[in-house]
Amino acid sequence: MSLTDSDTRTLPTGIAPIRIVWVATLAALVLLWMLAQNVEWIADPESVVTIPLAGWISDAVKWLANDLTFGLFTFKDLTRALAWLLEIPLTVFITLLSSGAEIPLGGESSLTLPPIPWFSILLAVTWLCWVWGGRRLLLLAAASLVYLVVFGQWESAMVTLSSILVAVPVGVAGGMALGIWAYRSERVSRGLTPVLDLMQTVPIFAYLVPVLVLFGFGPVSAMIATVIYAMPPMVRVTMMALRGVSPELLEFGRMAGCTRRQMLWRILLPSARPSLMIGVNQVIMLSLNMVIIASMIGAGGLGYDVLASLRRLEIGDGLQAGLAITLLAILIDRMSQAYIAYRESPTATRRAQGVNNWAMIGGLVLVSYVVGFVFPSLSTYPEALTLDTSPFWDELVRLINVHLYTYLDAVKNTLLIYLLVPVKRFMLDVPWLAVTLLLGVVGWRLGGLRMALVVAAMAAFIALTGNWQKAMVSVYLCGISVIIASLIGIGWGLIAARSERAYKIAVTSVDTLQTLPSFVYLIPVVMLFQVGDFSAMIAIVLYALAPAVRYTAHGLRRIPSETLEAGRMSGCRPRQMLWRVRLPLALPEIALGVNQTIMMALSMLVITALVGTSDLGQEVYIALTRSSVGHGIVAGVCVAFIGMIADRLITAWVARRKKQFRIN
Amino acid sequence: MNDVSQPADAAAPAPASDDPVRETKLSCRGLWKVFGADEAQAKDVIRQNGGAPGREALEEQGLTAAVRDANIEVQTGEIFVIMGLSGSGKSTLIRCLSLLLQPTSGELIFDGRDLLGCTDDELIEIRRHKMGMVFQHFALLPHLTVLGNVAFPLEIQGIPRAEAEERAARMIELVGLDGRERDYPSGLSGGQQQRVGIARSLATEPELWLLDEPFSALDPLIRREMQDEFLKLQKMLNKTIVFITHDFDEAIRLADRIAIMHSGDIVQVGTPEDLVVRPVDDYVREFTSDVSRAKVLSARTLMRPADEGATFAGDIAPNARVIDFAAQAVEAAQPLAVRSRSGQLLGQVDREAVIRVLAEAQ
Repeated sequence: MSLTDSDTRTLPTGIAPIRIVWVATLAALVLLWMLAQNVEWIADPESVVTIPLAGWISDAVKWLANDLTFGLFTFKDLTRALAWLLEIPLTVFITLLSSGAEIPLGGESSLTLPPIPWFSILLAVTWLCWVWGGRRLLLLAAASLVYLVVFGQWESAMVTLSSILVAVPVGVAGGMALGIWAYRSERVSRGLTPVLDLMQTVPIFAYLVPVLVLFGFGPVSAMIATVIYAMPPMVRVTMMALRGVSPELLEFGRMAGCTRRQMLWRILLPSARPSLMIGVNQVIMLSLNMVIIASMIGAGGLGYDVLASLRRLEIGDGLQAGLAITLLAILIDRMSQAYIAYRESPTATRRAQGVNNWAMIGGLVLVSYVVGFVFPSLSTYPEALTLDTSPFWDELVRLINVHLYTYLDAVKNTLLIYLLVPVKRFMLDVPWLAVTLLLGVVGWRLGGLRMALVVAAMAAFIALTGNWQKAMVSVYLCGISVIIASLIGIGWGLIAARSERAYKIAVTSVDTLQTLPSFVYLIPVVMLFQVGDFSAMIAIVLYALAPAVRYTAHGLRRIPSETLEAGRMSGCRPRQMLWRVRLPLALPEIALGVNQTIMMALSMLVITALVGTSDLGQEVYIALTRSSVGHGIVAGVCVAFIGMIADRLITAWVARRKKQFRIN
Repeated sequence: MNDVSQPADAAAPAPASDDPVRETKLSCRGLWKVFGADEAQAKDVIRQNGGAPGREALEEQGLTAAVRDANIEVQTGEIFVIMGLSGSGKSTLIRCLSLLLQPTSGELIFDGRDLLGCTDDELIEIRRHKMGMVFQHFALLPHLTVLGNVAFPLEIQGIPRAEAEERAARMIELVGLDGRERDYPSGLSGGQQQRVGIARSLATEPELWLLDEPFSALDPLIRREMQDEFLKLQKMLNKTIVFITHDFDEAIRLADRIAIMHSGDIVQVGTPEDLVVRPVDDYVREFTSDVSRAKVLSARTLMRPADEGATFAGDIAPNARVIDFAAQAVEAAQPLAVRSRSGQLLGQVDREAVIRVLAEAQ
């Protein structure tokens, strides 16, 4: 803050106009608010005009699906062909892992080939885990897989795994191809970046609607939606990884006489591999995150189990299946990370040297498969030995509701009455023109005229497509959640930055939090607080906490030690160190964390539509259930615009701040 | 600037009388590299100003020249060092010579061939077989072993792996890294990594060897050791070398001839001795002022016509450096004879002359 002061001091002519702008803006806001009582179009955008964008989009998609033809084939044929292409590998995996196959031998007789039995997979996976990650990973793998078997989740888990095994390579390959294309052509890169921005901020549900209309209901369309959702980060990571390859290496490649293709395959991609692997890991995590949501348009497996039990409010079942997804996600995440570390470790330190890993696994699976085939009774885990804890959980929920209801309800009602409802009223009361104007002025101050126009245009889009009220509910819910999540997250980040140990603990917890599919957060919240805005808020806070912690801790830790020493030598007390040195310097980084928190809150917001909110997320969800493409997309884009407005403003502020500090 | 560098150019080949006759391997004339928004515009500006626009003429258009009107001729088998401080344009110049950067204007001849007229495919062929380059930060491929790195340029030419690896192994032995073939670059020290870089650049047996500050990223002690090995290699291989450095001592140690660059201009081209004895301007003089003259001055510079019927304490070659014969000259009562390779008496070096040089060095 003191820097801003000194800036105005050195530029005395600058003071007056800036102050005048703010005073004038404030006056205009108050005026608008007062006028809104009488002038309808200031308060209610729908009285100005409502652009029937949703209808147009619906018509366009209908035309795509029914009428568009390329002469030899129609658009529908194209989507069918694509679906068919993806169905082949999916069927192969499902047959291998879950359903088995029946081969007709002519006449009445047929040979029934069972799927790969659970113990083969257990053996193979634990072997791989040991080689890649040692004993700890082995134990994690064994425990997770045994859980799946013992709690009767095996079959569903294998269905889910099959779709992941297809979606991830497709997503990685597609993302890499687009990333390479964008790396090679500046124009493609410039065109792709805003599309990626939009795709990463449009809530997942909004993808589902057009996919549903174009590809129909079923596992394949669920997989297509998963790929679309998981691909953007891979594109981005590929672009960044390739741009990060040292220019000297490129020069070497050219001096060695590489052709364009050799340059790509033998220089660029291999030397960017460590960064690319981060993208692969992201694709895996996002695909797993999509598991439950994809079941809304026909994915089976664990996601379907969770969704179905959540809809029936059978908390116990949902919890068990949710835990299965979580374990699967954590296991796959750790395995892929262990693999990255394994690939980068020097050969001499690797485990199981001299053993051909893939031959070993093939052998393990083959031998155990034959054993299972000969003794079929072994290959299915006996029903009688499965455990089911859902009655316990259902009972626990009942007990909580009986005994703790008063307290929980008191907390909930207090917060509702004194915080949530007043804020909601306020947000709904602010005239749209005032909000748009304010955003424009802030955008202008932070990033110039262009930014002002972009930001105001996005706000106006939300208002004029008839989504203003719902958007304000989203802003209120999201805003409160973000503030709470940021306070908790920054506090935690401050603690985490104090010592190496605290930092490690925080990073591990935050990593685990981020591995959980967003849906899983809903289960315990609904258990305790039933449905409604309050539950939604808690789920959002939990889900969106991670980046605030991570960025705060990171921002504090990367302050140069010399600066801290300078502070101490100037005689700062610990409190002064925090408020006058550490926090101001870490503020840009913290702001980026809050920015991420907003993005995550928005993506969770849509999912909380399932627990009964009344905002844009609900609008998207309703559009999904009615297959109304236009409404879904427009509401989704509105959510994305809220996120992008916040993102643009915060990023501009951070950039300005960093420029003041001259740090990069 | 340009006019000043002419006499230096002319003076450079002067001491060649008893060197083997050398032909020009790589040369550039009127080479410009201008950075800025618009390359075509830069070309126009250069043409309009008769090939030599002043800085102002370019800056008016928002352009900056990193290399200004460079003229050099690198002869077969010589070590040609381009020396300059950071920002002087030396890295840009070597990148223009290798066409990693497209020069804005000028001509570039390699082996009698106009490089700027080459197609991409021709250029790839030339680079695959005739040029090798060593980079400041080694530019090793992190995913390949030492052997894989050195074999890389051969493999991309389509040479079968077994043969490529065999040739690579020979190069690795040459740079003294045998035994480390299976290691990855990340496990090697800086000096070892640059040995890999050197082996790799030599694997295709190039005629032109470009080294871009190859030892600048290394510790001083290692740097010295690498310089010695570099000279040893060159004695064995006799490549045509363009060597970039910002370190004048390194330049003097290694160079047959040095080109000094200063804000895009080549200020002077000459042997180390030329630069010390006949600096063209204050900039070069400033550089050479700290150099021990005994290390660069040759017998030819120091000698005077031989006295009639004098007796000599011994014979020295005309290109022998003072430091090499100082002890001999100081201890002897008689002067030393300077004789060409064929034994012809060229002159004599007196004890006093040597002592004067040594005293100056103090």
